[in-house]
Amino acid sequence: MASVCFYFQVHQPLRLRHYTIFDKNDQYFDDYKNASICRKVANKCYLPANRLLLDIIRRYEGRFKIAYSITGILLEQFLSYSPEVMSTFDALAETGCVEFLAETYYHSLSFLYSRDEFVEQVNKHIETIEYLFGQKPRVFRNTELIYNNDLAALVESMGNFDAIMTEGADHILGFRSPNFVYQPKGCDKLKLLLKNYSLSDDIAFRFSNRDWSQWPLTAEKFARWITDVNGNGNVVNLFMDYETFGEHQWKDTGIFNFMRHLPEHILKHPDNDFKTPSEIVLSYEPVDTVDVPHLISWADTERDLSAWLGNAMQSNAIHELYRLEKKVKKAGDKKIITDWRKLQISDHFYYMCTKYFADGDVHKYFNPYDSPYDSYINFMNVLNNLHNRCSRQAPLDANDVPGKALTGKNCLTGQATGAAFCDLSQNKNPPDLQTVN
Amino acid sequence: MLGWEFPPFISGGLGTACYGLTRAMDQLGVKVTFVLPTMVDNRYATHVKLLTPSSQSRQAGVAFSKLNKLKNVTFRTISSPLQPYSTPDVYQRQFEEALRQKQKMHGGNINLTSQSIGGIDYSGDMYAEVHRYAAIVAELAENEQFDVIHAHDWMTYPAGIVVAAMSGKPLIVHIHSTEFDRSGENVNQMIYDVEREGMHRADKIIAVSYFTHNIIINRYGISGEKIEVVHNGAEHNGNWSLPESNISKDEKIVLFLGRITMQKGPEYFLGAAKKVLEVMDNVKFVMAGSGNLMSKAVEMAAELGIGHKVLFTGFLHGEDVQKIYRMADLYVMPSVSEPFGIAPLEALHNDVPVIISKQSGVSEVLKHALKVDFWDINEIANKIIAVLKYPPLKITLQNHGNFEARRLRWKDSAEKCLKIYEETLEETLVAV
Repeated sequence: MASVCFYFQVHQPLRLRHYTIFDKNDQYFDDYKNASICRKVANKCYLPANRLLLDIIRRYEGRFKIAYSITGILLEQFLSYSPEVMSTFDALAETGCVEFLAETYYHSLSFLYSRDEFVEQVNKHIETIEYLFGQKPRVFRNTELIYNNDLAALVESMGNFDAIMTEGADHILGFRSPNFVYQPKGCDKLKLLLKNYSLSDDIAFRFSNRDWSQWPLTAEKFARWITDVNGNGNVVNLFMDYETFGEHQWKDTGIFNFMRHLPEHILKHPDNDFKTPSEIVLSYEPVDTVDVPHLISWADTERDLSAWLGNAMQSNAIHELYRLEKKVKKAGDKKIITDWRKLQISDHFYYMCTKYFADGDVHKYFNPYDSPYDSYINFMNVLNNLHNRCSRQAPLDANDVPGKALTGKNCLTGQATGAAFCDLSQNKNPPDLQTVN
Repeated sequence: MLGWEFPPFISGGLGTACYGLTRAMDQLGVKVTFVLPTMVDNRYATHVKLLTPSSQSRQAGVAFSKLNKLKNVTFRTISSPLQPYSTPDVYQRQFEEALRQKQKMHGGNINLTSQSIGGIDYSGDMYAEVHRYAAIVAELAENEQFDVIHAHDWMTYPAGIVVAAMSGKPLIVHIHSTEFDRSGENVNQMIYDVEREGMHRADKIIAVSYFTHNIIINRYGISGEKIEVVHNGAEHNGNWSLPESNISKDEKIVLFLGRITMQKGPEYFLGAAKKVLEVMDNVKFVMAGSGNLMSKAVEMAAELGIGHKVLFTGFLHGEDVQKIYRMADLYVMPSVSEPFGIAPLEALHNDVPVIISKQSGVSEVLKHALKVDFWDINEIANKIIAVLKYPPLKITLQNHGNFEARRLRWKDSAEKCLKIYEETLEETLVAV
């Protein structure tokens, strides 16, 4: 049996506006740029891809299934800038053939720096997904598939999850194949789904590469590679950015047509089917445990964290950011907390990457800055302002009744997510303004 | 090779570039005859001791040890007050100054208006001097063996044209800067004409950057096919023997190093300094260099109320340059129009991070530098503060920048020039 499990990562960051040391206000984000990029990508990718997949799902009446992980920060942008995308996701959710996964609401690296913050963000995401799509995520994927044994243990202890996903990196698997269900080392219940990076990247990266020996990739050919897995694997996990459709691979490369015809060719073979991650968990038992003591990710050839934390600027920026956690939470101002969390979006650190900078490559894609240095300066200026806001806020709280600080904290754990509901239910107002209320 | 300045007779980047290129060619085993004017009194732009050429000095070798290392290079000097960054006014003043000195020396009454004083036979204007230089070079060239004429910047173009016409050898003009860089829109028509003629008569043009390449096309009406871009390199004069100076400083130092002229944008440096000082206090701004806007810059600093925070060192040379780099935390080059800009590379060689204007050739080759529009003093100030305030930024810029600058070597520039020589020679052969 070869079960194909598609999972698409759907994310757009909030880009900062040009913010100099002389700026004093708390408007950190470039609303215009974020809106126009969101709409552009919606038109090129999200809308046509959603319509196509909806079409396929309806045509195959339950035999074609997919999964999404949509970041909270992008859901907010959809509501503000292109609500039509929300309604197509809604329609997809209603088919019953689409599973939504959980991740950190802010697409953050919080697992590495603050476990409390991590848990809060995951819970916020779960509740948002449940509110919007009526299903409670049972499978977790961390930002950029960053993973190690500790993460698996933490996720298992949260109690909500059946499985976790990560990269099927060669150095963690050794001779083993990613086409089975595994168990993370140290976990009893939680299952581990591993990305088949070779087959995933054939679509996500190599599809339009004319230097590739397999170009052009047809649905028929790809279906044959899937069928070949029969006999030495149960699942083929195809994990990729959703922007593969229409953005990374432009429409004229034929990517949409490829997808349109893929189910037909895969389902031709009676041993193949499509399953959502949760169905995979139900269908297959772990064949082995996988030990990942060191952090891995799905990025670059290194499969490590160097794209986010590879240089002194990156680690400085992120350390300074998380050093503010206590101060931010003590200040008890919702807008400050939200701004602080939006600064955790991993893309801010990705822009500061100097690796390959001189060569100019994929790291440039979607990068709003001319250089990593500009992005670091901008980020630090914003952080500097946020820091000052906390300091201004803090003495006020101290003068207040101690209980006030407590309610602030409660807001974070329980009610902050409740607030998100309000944000999202009042579709007409941009969430940015909502969070102020 | 025809030039007009060469170390130690330098007042700016041209001499450095000529030295770097010639030295690299020397190491590649190319025979170079370098003809350059030597000034009678050089103190205008440099503090170098003047080398007074005797009447036979045309054949005199240059007695500096640095130059003796160049085995394949012969120097021919021509006594002339030509200076690379002169304007006719300056020239006029210098010329009169020279006359006054002569007067003093001779103690006699020498008619200032005379065209022929003390055996020096040059007329009082720079244009005539350029042509006189051309005539002497032409004479000199008759006794020299060479394949290609390589002329550096406009003063040598007439000479290059004459020699090319006489010898039938191809002329290559090397554009280190144009009149538009030096003077903005207020171009000196005569200089422009000389530049334009040189470019049109040349068989090939070498531009120091794409920035300059575009100026040549847009302003001088030259076809792009005739122009090749050869970026400059940088010398690593990591003078390890220099004693580790124990400069203990509680103040940060931001450095401007270059001629203080309109082209280099000193007013933007000061404008940014003012903004920085509004936010930070423990910073000093050092302006190293001289130029016609020097006194204006001093006045401007005073007007902005930051006079006590801005230091003017005057023109620095040799070891002093190294010292100032060693003290600096940051180098800023806010040039209005910079064909290349070697100084930022030198700064990086000395582990000083740089902010450079986008209107410069060097920004084409440097990725690990902060880049600004020269007029955007807000952004210049923003970046200065960032470097001073966030140490990881400084460290990253230093490490990557130094590595990047080391990869820009004169050897590569020289090799490119040689390739252009060969191609040009082939083309002219075919044409004949």
